[in-house]
Amino acid sequence: MQPTSSAAGSGSWTLRVRSWLDRHLPMDHLLPDRQPYYVGSWVYVFGVVTIAALVWVIVSGVVLSFFGPQWWHYSNVGRFFNSLHFWSVQLFFIFMVLHLWGQYFMAGWRHGRAATWMIGVVIFGISILTGFTGYLSQQNFDGQFIALEGKDAMNASGIGAFFNVLNFGQMYGLHVMLLPIGVTFLVVVHIVLVRMRGVVKPIDAEGRARL
Amino acid sequence: MDTPATYLHWGFIFISVPNLLAIGAMIVLFALALIVPFAHVEETDDAAHK
Repeated sequence: MQPTSSAAGSGSWTLRVRSWLDRHLPMDHLLPDRQPYYVGSWVYVFGVVTIAALVWVIVSGVVLSFFGPQWWHYSNVGRFFNSLHFWSVQLFFIFMVLHLWGQYFMAGWRHGRAATWMIGVVIFGISILTGFTGYLSQQNFDGQFIALEGKDAMNASGIGAFFNVLNFGQMYGLHVMLLPIGVTFLVVVHIVLVRMRGVVKPIDAEGRARL
Repeated sequence: MDTPATYLHWGFIFISVPNLLAIGAMIVLFALALIVPFAHVEETDDAAHK
């Protein structure tokens, strides 16, 4: 069989996918070694710090899930990893909000970047839900208090039958499995979209986008 | 950390001191990010993502 270089006329789906990836996501965009001059600002560091915090959240969370609640409450090393998980989450949210402020004021959704912005909004929402289920998974009086107070809000909104904050198994499963997969997957898509489109150009003094 | 946080109350605003300090620190950090020059800025054209 003769190899063909024309993806459009080819029946090979692998060739069509490869051609699409070559066109839309070339390696010099995926792993660039140069950035536009306007990227030389600390504002652009907030997103990277958010990702770094997320890595620590995941690493410490994997260790916590492996050893369990008795370990993270009663041993010194366990308490250290519990604190590492808690404080990396604080940094994750702080820098995610700083990233949000930066992108809001530079109107980061311009020039075909609406999907990137909206996926960021969804990541923010899922992260809040992940944080909430994390507080419910602590296995201490704080977790019980939040569950008992939160159940009325859930029931009032009508989702109490599907999202039962008093059901520890459901909250813990969501917190350590489904929600982190959702956040991580969407963060990867978010980064790939940024790489595909590049960083948005600044708005000049007259309010027009700089070309 | 076992004692409840102190809360501040002005009209409809009701916020704990730790949360207020965190928000204040975020605003300061955001302002610094705009003001402080970025380390090791290399002049490049902006053709990298065209």
